[in-house]
Amino acid sequence: MARRHQVRSAGLTAFAAAALASATLFTACSTDSPDTRSDADAITVSQPWVKALDDVAADGGMTSAFAVVENDSDRDVRIVSASSDVAKTVELHEVVESGGTTTMREVDGGIVVPAKGSATLDPGGEHFMLMGVTKSIRSGDTVTITARFDDGSTETVEAIARDFNGNQENYSPEHTGERS
Amino acid sequence: MTRVSRRTLLTGGIGLAGIGVGAAAVGVGHEVSASTTDAPSTLPFFGEHQSGITTPMQSHVNFIGLDLVDPADHRVLQSILRMWSQDAANLTQGRPGFSDTEPELAGDPSRLSIAVGLGPGAFASPALASRRPGWLTPLPDFAIDRLRPEWGQTDLVVAVACDEPMTLAHTVRLVIAPVRTRTRVRWMQQGFHHGRNLFGQVDGTVQPDARRYDDLVWNDGREQPWMAGGTSLVLRRIAMNMDTWESLDRHGRELSMGRTLDNGAPLTGSHETDDPVFTATSGGIPVIPESSHIARAHRRTDREQFLRRPYSYDVPPSPGSGDTSDSGLIFAAYQRDPVVQYVPVQQRLSDHDALNEWTTPIGSAVYAMLPGPREYLGETLFA
Ligand SMILES: [Cu+2]
Repeated sequence: MARRHQVRSAGLTAFAAAALASATLFTACSTDSPDTRSDADAITVSQPWVKALDDVAADGGMTSAFAVVENDSDRDVRIVSASSDVAKTVELHEVVESGGTTTMREVDGGIVVPAKGSATLDPGGEHFMLMGVTKSIRSGDTVTITARFDDGSTETVEAIARDFNGNQENYSPEHTGERS
Repeated sequence: MTRVSRRTLLTGGIGLAGIGVGAAAVGVGHEVSASTTDAPSTLPFFGEHQSGITTPMQSHVNFIGLDLVDPADHRVLQSILRMWSQDAANLTQGRPGFSDTEPELAGDPSRLSIAVGLGPGAFASPALASRRPGWLTPLPDFAIDRLRPEWGQTDLVVAVACDEPMTLAHTVRLVIAPVRTRTRVRWMQQGFHHGRNLFGQVDGTVQPDARRYDDLVWNDGREQPWMAGGTSLVLRRIAMNMDTWESLDRHGRELSMGRTLDNGAPLTGSHETDDPVFTATSGGIPVIPESSHIARAHRRTDREQFLRRPYSYDVPPSPGSGDTSDSGLIFAAYQRDPVVQYVPVQQRLSDHDALNEWTTPIGSAVYAMLPGPREYLGETLFA
């Protein structure tokens, strides 16, 4: 949120104009006329990465992916589902704390990217959960993540895998708290 | 007003086209908010050359020597360079890296630079073998060398430097952690910069004229087009024996160096930057001894010039060794062609240099320092 305001207040200096001329962010930013862009056109996904998965269980493994999602429109945009070339399914997760344990679970209603704001998907927070990964994903491997928005539009990014130990919260598919 | 000029300085107007749209947008927002001091605390990451080479020396450095776990797979190398670029583009500008678990440690870049080089082993893949620069081979054996394998040649080097030790440590962590199953850290050489070395000598005085960097430091791409804008690094670890140096009196120290300890002036001059006069004699004896360090190191041809970036190291002696110190110099020399520019000077110093009595090279490696990135480090190698 704060970041978006800063970009605005910076104004379009020559530098900024040059840097952003090609960005979808600024292609339709008249504040007077209604924003008719699709959700995907209003969204910029940056800094994508995926947690490497070295040992894959026989029934498929799980890992997570992260990114910064920015919304340049005047309306909230919702990521309602996601998919990946390396996973059978991708869930949208959040991490919640209850009774001293943190647990990850599916987000009700998807991930909201606030109007003129951003959502940071990071370890310990909201993230893409890749389920049913049948091949190992090694550091340096590239995977694609496709986010689908409320209006049906989609945005696909390539994420490079990184060795990373975090985001190991228990997963509770039934929203029942900790997994044994 | 300072905001605008800072922004121009930070981006330099070059390489911006290569930044991802998202990164560029984020960058504007942060730069506006990141002005607490007047002195620029960020160095550009994108551009024709990597920062940290001709940049005025930062006060702290960590040279990380890494080997590739699977050097035959050039795609892994390419991915590693992409990931390092992702994080470096952020960290050098005071923003957290992609997988940064300590983002609060990223806010004070303190002139952070992250410069990457490739050793001969990085060209092991058949796809890259023909792209290895001809000079990227082991240096000749020098008689003075007592090289220890633990400080030897590695496949990759990352020179991380800045003015703040916490920023340095945080950055080093982010260089290594995301690729730890793909690389092995062989050594780290941590050093600090001061105008003097641990012998008290003014160091790094003789440097090529900045107007000749394009000719003497930067690669012109003639042999390997992908290297244009890059350079070479010779990294030598030189142990300094503080105990025996202690036994040498002040006059003897000045004669061994050929310069005064007071201000680093040559013994024939009064200021550090005065040109030494090797022909000057006093009572028939050269004022600057022929065996002194500066007499031996002085260039004999125009090509024998290179950029010196000396860092001191002072680490604990091995427990139980009985040594009083483990100190010395991390001598980083940058030049277009080390065989033509560096080796003749080093050969003379090896053949004879009064300082050899108190100094011992224990590590040596050569790297092709990548050109500056427009999109990511090494992009021209894989093009
Ligand atoms: Cu999850």
